[in-house]
This record gives sequence, structure tokens and C-alpha cells, in this order.
Amino acid sequence: MATVNDVVVKIATVNGTGSASANGLLMKSIFRMGIPVVGKNYFPSNIQGLPTWYEIRVTGDGYQSRSDRVDIMVAMNAQTYASDLADVSSGGWLLYDSTWPRHKLLDRDDVTILGVPLSRMCNESFDGARARILMKNIAYVGVVAALLDIDLQIITTLLEETFSDKQHLVDSNMQAIRLGYDYASENFVCPLPSKVEAMDGTADHIVIDGNTAAGLGCMYAGATVGAWYPITPSTSLMDSFRSFCQQYRVDKETGERTYCIIQAEDELAAIGMVLGAAWNGARSFTPTSGPGISLMSEFIGFAYYAEIPAVIFNVQRTGPSTGMPTRTQQSDILSCAYASHGDTRQVLLFPKDPSECFEMAQSAFDYAERLQTPVIVMSDLDIGMNDWMVPDFEFDENKVRDRGKVLTAEQLEEMEKFHRYLDVDGDGIPYRTLPGVHPKGSYFTRGSGHTRYGAYTEDSAAYQDVVDRLLVKWETARTMLPDAQIEVSKFNKAGLLTIGSGHGACIEARDRLAAQEINLNYCRVRAFPFSEAVQEFIEQHEVVYVVEQNRDAQLRSLMLLDIGAEPSKLVSLLHYNGMPLNAGFVVDKVLEEVAKGRAA
Amino acid sequence: MSYIGKPKVAHPKMPRNDLGLTARDYEGTVSTLCAGCGHDSVTAAIVQAVFELNIEPHMLAKMSGIGCSSKTPAYFVSGAHGFNSVHGRMPSVTTGANAANRELMYIGVSGDGDSLSIGAGQFVHAIRRNLNMCYIIENNGVYGLTKGQFSASADIGSMPKKGEANQQEPIDPVSTALALGATYIARSFSGDKEQLVPLIQGALLHDGFSLVDIISPCVTFNDHEGSTKSYAHTRQFYHHVIDADYIAPAEEIKAAYEKGSAMAVELHGGSKIALRKVDDQYDSTSRASAFKYLRERFNAGEITTGLLYMDDSRQEMHDLMGNTKTPMCQLPLETLNPGADELKKILNRYR
Repeated sequence: MATVNDVVVKIATVNGTGSASANGLLMKSIFRMGIPVVGKNYFPSNIQGLPTWYEIRVTGDGYQSRSDRVDIMVAMNAQTYASDLADVSSGGWLLYDSTWPRHKLLDRDDVTILGVPLSRMCNESFDGARARILMKNIAYVGVVAALLDIDLQIITTLLEETFSDKQHLVDSNMQAIRLGYDYASENFVCPLPSKVEAMDGTADHIVIDGNTAAGLGCMYAGATVGAWYPITPSTSLMDSFRSFCQQYRVDKETGERTYCIIQAEDELAAIGMVLGAAWNGARSFTPTSGPGISLMSEFIGFAYYAEIPAVIFNVQRTGPSTGMPTRTQQSDILSCAYASHGDTRQVLLFPKDPSECFEMAQSAFDYAERLQTPVIVMSDLDIGMNDWMVPDFEFDENKVRDRGKVLTAEQLEEMEKFHRYLDVDGDGIPYRTLPGVHPKGSYFTRGSGHTRYGAYTEDSAAYQDVVDRLLVKWETARTMLPDAQIEVSKFNKAGLLTIGSGHGACIEARDRLAAQEINLNYCRVRAFPFSEAVQEFIEQHEVVYVVEQNRDAQLRSLMLLDIGAEPSKLVSLLHYNGMPLNAGFVVDKVLEEVAKGRAA
Repeated sequence: MSYIGKPKVAHPKMPRNDLGLTARDYEGTVSTLCAGCGHDSVTAAIVQAVFELNIEPHMLAKMSGIGCSSKTPAYFVSGAHGFNSVHGRMPSVTTGANAANRELMYIGVSGDGDSLSIGAGQFVHAIRRNLNMCYIIENNGVYGLTKGQFSASADIGSMPKKGEANQQEPIDPVSTALALGATYIARSFSGDKEQLVPLIQGALLHDGFSLVDIISPCVTFNDHEGSTKSYAHTRQFYHHVIDADYIAPAEEIKAAYEKGSAMAVELHGGSKIALRKVDDQYDSTSRASAFKYLRERFNAGEITTGLLYMDDSRQEMHDLMGNTKTPMCQLPLETLNPGADELKKILNRYR
């Protein structure tokens, strides 16, 4: 097996040992060599002591999903050694700490075992238990650098940037890297046949996770109130918003803040705060995950009916119930689309990667304020917490953000009377006022039955008038939201359709299938309600393979409900084991269907 | 909840406040609560309190949850903004509303079910944040809309209309607030407007969380013999320890108080509240002694009322956070991001 810039390194460690920084260093150094990379972190719901893996896929072709192979396994965790060895693809390599003897049974004929006495070398070179553990992790970076031919100068530069004012840390880290690098160079044939070579594939790109990007997007969107209750995997979104606000939203002279972050007592309170703030005209948001959505549902229905903007980030994790909090899934589609009791429908946005997290974090506020309804940004753990290589974010300073139909004091002054829920423009969206702006703007917000004039009612016709008008608004939403990404050739009879983080694997699967003469058109849905283009896409094809990351085909069900799609055309390819989707899964499943005689 | 508007006809000689408004201008729609409900008296007290404070109606935000009490914001100050939210969640909505606009005056009306059962979590956390609001609990010990179940404030031994006496410890909002460090704690009775109005006025003007727990009997389900939240029981065991008078900014404290018995405390905007001790034993500045006193009187079967505790030294939520004085909702969006060039610098951290 000899490849250039097409290699997968998986590192098995114990969480809480500082391996995250070592792995980040390794990934960044490859990125700095101009080579596209994908980083995936598989971690336990635990603070310290349990197995954790980090997978670096070097992909000169620039694919965005995880790979289905492991070329080099860095087996630093004795607990998982046997299964880690089993994971290595045939012809691959396994690197282990040879300080202690390893049972002879744990070998494979088709895997080259590389032993490096990492602990012994670090114990001889460093003092203190903590430093020795940390440096052992840095030392394997050195070994991998030698094996793959990673530029040591780049690693040095990265360390200098990380420890800018602490030269002794740069020196000790470089010493550990050297230990590993030199040992590998002296004892193995370096580089391996699978190696890296500098290229020009990462210009104008960054490596970032979706939660950081979304937090940055909220700051750029002008969000001022963020209320939240900590929950994996959404927590780092508020951490990101906070850190950007600390930098850019604190008055240099007075020290006064132009942001208000409230850690709520629970998710019920978090969404209540968001609604209170939005009712008063502030851009407000809450990040959460599945269990939080369940708790917020009553208020989400309230906001739908009382027509209050709200931005909710649902960084989805594996359900049901507590499920697997540190694994990914797209299994809240239905519970979000119809969150709350009664007839409700919620607007959903589906970002595909951190780049769209940044964009949609901003546009979500525009849609929420324009439509006067909650908007749920359906991210997931794979997008939110993993490192993605994405094009540089852009921000248009001249774009005027949409604050929706909010009456000014002057407009109210000239009005005879203001009616909160009157459909003046025929688009189903009424006008709203903000408290304190003008005496004529006062009205009573309620989740109980109300008339188009905003008054309480138990009158059947007056009640129905309002809920029917909400359907008009729903159709307006359908025309406004981000349209699907569609790639169509008229020669193809079958299509591949997905959402969110399924994108990367589906793009790669299409290429692989095309190499086998199976050509599929493509549709990536970006919002609910679904656009006409999505409906047309389904109608145009004999079969549409719907790829989603849940057991119950929730996206497919939603298409039957929202646009009356023909059920027999929609064939589900369901991936729901908690790991990010990979192209191999999609390829295999499509091939299975084709073998059964389905169109391709 | 009523949707019958009241005619806004005022007698030409009706007194007008500094804004030129009469008390009629601070009323709402016609109440749909039972005739004789304590809550309607509280509504009347709120109308008088707000009228006398010269509050611009549209600068008042009326917040509530669900229940008989939570309906009442429709019955006062129709020119104010109202937010009738979901059961037990008024505090969180008010927290967010206040976070967005600290210039409005917030009055939350809740009940014992709304605040001490379903909304207990939100009630205690609003106190913990020292949210700047007036939080009224119309406390009748019973669920009215669902027809007479005990609430968490029902006293041990109190009899329901039908069935067995309550055996569980009551949750007392006043001692709960005291334990949690609320900065303005009052208790009164819907039937004592003279005591109640200044307590609400002080609560509205206090910078921080103000609790006014008001025994407000339910005439339909909890006003019978054997109930400890009936009109008759409350009148019999009602005990003033410390009363309050509201003093407008321009007024001086009149010398009507006995020497040493009055203490003036500054409120928002230069007005004051004068505390009148009815019981010399009571110290409204010490949490520990207030707590002891309240428990002793409670054990003796008495209902202690008045401005029971006040602490004007603690900062309210925004000031604790160091937030701008400008309401967040009034900050222009374009001033809230550092621009495209700065974004490029930020992105350089991720290369």
C-alpha cells in the first residue's frame, strides 16, 4: 500500500491525558503543509480514564467525511489494544508503546507492528508524573511525523504560536517530538509507503468546529441575549459566543458589556428567557441538544402560536433518552419539526458543516424575526464538535439584516389602532410592536385562544381564523428559506438526497459510485418547510435514496407529511450507530439496492 | 380571561396624577373571577399603586403564568404590555425580557400553584439572580381553575371543602425568599389595601427582586370554616409587624412617626419608603432574626405581615453582570460586530 496524501491515522488514548492537544498539533501540521484533512474525535461521556480515539484523515482529494479505513493505528491505550489492532486495515501499521512487553498473541500477519519505548524515553527525559504522561503523547506526534514525513519546522512553528511567551514549553515539547522522531528514523524505514507531501490544497481555508463557528455567527448576527443550560454536545457553542463577546462586546473604557449570557436553571427556563428577550426586541438564542428540546417543547409551541422569534441551536446527539451523549445522530428531526402539543410546525435549518453554522447562525435570526416564529438550527455532534476544514467565512458589512415587521414609534403615532395578529400584507405575517416604544403599541401576548385583533377568545371562528392564517405564514416561509443544493444531470434516473452532516459522505459516495458507472443526481435539503425544488427533485426521479442518520427515517416521513412525496420513490439508507456517516456505508447500501433491481 | 372592555369614562373631578391620567386609565378589562375573589382586591391595589407612582402605562410590563392569579394582568393597566406565558414559567420570561430591556418596569403576578409547585424552580432562581421585578404571589392555598385541590402553601390541618385535612408541610414563599437572599420581602392580605398599596409601590421601585406574598382568599374553594386561608381566619390571625409608607421624591417624611420607630430607605428615582415598626421586637434588616421571628409566629398560628426584610446593598442582575445601561434591545445591530476585517484576523487563529 503506497499512497501520497491519502492516509488515515487513528490514535487510541485515555481521556484526560492531554492527548487532545497532541492530536490537534498533528492535524494542524498536516493542514499547514497545504494538505486537506478531516479530524474526528470519538470520546466518552466521562472526565478522565476512559478510552478515546482521534482519527485524522489526510485527504488530498479534499473529502469531508470520515474514512472507513485505518492505515496507521497509534495504540496508546492498553485497555483497547486488541480491538484497536483489529481495526487496522490490511496492510496497515500499528504503533505501540514498547516499554512494557506485549502478548505475542496480539499480532496480525497483515499489519506491521512498530514498537517505540515512549514511556521509557519520556521517563528518562522528563520529571514528574504529569509531565511524563503529557510528553508521552507529544512523543508519538514525533513518531508519526517521521513515519509520514511531516515537516518538523511546521510543528515547531505551531508550538511557538501555542506557547507564544513560554519558550521553555516550546523547548520541552520539541524535545519530546524529537525523541519520537529520532527513534522512528533510526529504527524504521521512514517515511512509510503511505505518506504526506506538501501541496497547495488548504489556501483560504480554516480548520474549525461547528459550535465555535455558530457562536461566532451569533456574535456577528448581533445577538445580545444568550440563555442556556449546559448539555453535551452544545456547550461549546455558548463558550464560543462568550469568548468572542469578551473580546468584542466589552467597552474598552467603561468595561460595560453589550451582551447578556444567562446560565439558566434548566432548559425550560433557558427558552423562556429567550422568548422574553425576543418579545422585547433583542436577538436572543439558546444552544441545546435532544433532551433540552424535549424540555423546551411547551414554550416552542407557545412561541409558534404567540408568534415570537427565537433561535434555537439543536446540536443533536444519539437518542433516545440520555442515549449516547458523545455520539452523533440526526434523530430529532420530527420532534423539532412538530415540537409541542397542538397543531404546530417549526422552521428548521440544516447546516452541512461549520461554514454553514456561521452563515445560518446569522440568517436564523433574520428568518426568526421576519417570520416571528422559532427557528431551530439542526446541527449535530459531528458538525458541532469535530474539526472541519472549510473555506474562509465571509461577512458582508453592507448587508442590512432583516428585523422583520416591527412598527416604529413614528409609524404607531400615525396609526389609528394597532392590531397584533392582523394579516395586513396577505403573507400571513402580522406586524409586531416592542414594549415601551409607544403607548399605541401595547398588546397582550398570550398562548390562549386569541382573535386576529389580539383579544382572548373561545369563539370557534375567531380561533380558527388565526390558526389558518398561520398556515399562510408557513407557505411564506417555504419560499424564503435557503433552497436545497441540487446537482442534476438529465441522464440519471435516481437521486441521492440528504441533510446536514450527511453531505460530505454523500458527495464522496457519488464519486465512488460514478467510478462504477452508477450515476446519481444529488439534493441536499437545507430547510424545513421543504422548498418546491425539493418536491420537483423527488418527482423527477424514479427513485430517491434518502440518506439520514436515524433509525426511523424521520426525514423521509417529514417529506411524506410536508410535501406529499410518493412513498414508493423514497428509499431509506439509514445510519444510526452514533458514528459520523462515511461514504463506504452509502456506497454499499446503494449497491445493495441496485442489486435488488432498483434504478440507478 | 375577560375580553369585555370597560368604558373609559372618568368623572371630570376624578383626581389626576402627574401624567394627567386618572385611576380609570390604569384599569383593565372586566374581571371574570368569582365575585368576592381576593385577587380582584389585589388588582385594585395594583391600579392604585401604579396610578400614584405616575408610571407611564406602556412602560410597564405585566407578566404571568397560568392560573386564576395569572389571569389578572388583563384586569389592570390595559395600556401596559402583557405577557401571559405558560404554567410556572413567568420568572424565566421576565428574566429574558429584563435582560433585553432594563428600562421597563416589570410586575409579575403569580399564584401559589404557579410559584410554589410547577414553577418553584424558576421562582427560586429569579431570586438568586436578584432580578429587578415586583413578584406578586396571590396566595390562596388552593387550585381554583381545576376545582379545589390543595396547593403547596396549604397549612397542615387546613380542611378542604370536601375530603381530608392537609398533612404536608406548607412551602412558605416568605421564608423561602428569606433563605434565598431576596432583597425585598413583604407579606400582606388582599383585604388590607392600606397596608398593601405602599408595599407594592416599594416593590415596584426597589432595585432588585421584590416579593409581595398576598394572602388572597379563594371564595369558591377555600373560604370555609377549617381553612387557614379564609377571610375569617386571615383576619383573626393577621399580625402587622412592620408597615411601610411610600414617600414620593418631592415629599418629606412627615413627623407622624414616634421617635425611633421610623426608618427611611431610598428607592429608585429618589423616592423613599418609610418603615414603621408595629412590633418593636422585629428587626427587618437581619435575615436571621427575621427568620426566627417569622417561624415563631407561624408556630403560634399567626400570619406575620408587613415589609419583612429589605436589603438595598445588593446589586440587581444587570449591575452584577456589568451590563450596559442602554437596553440591549436598543443597541443598533451594526454596532454589535467587529466587521469583515476583524473576521479575517479571527479566522487566522484557525489555520
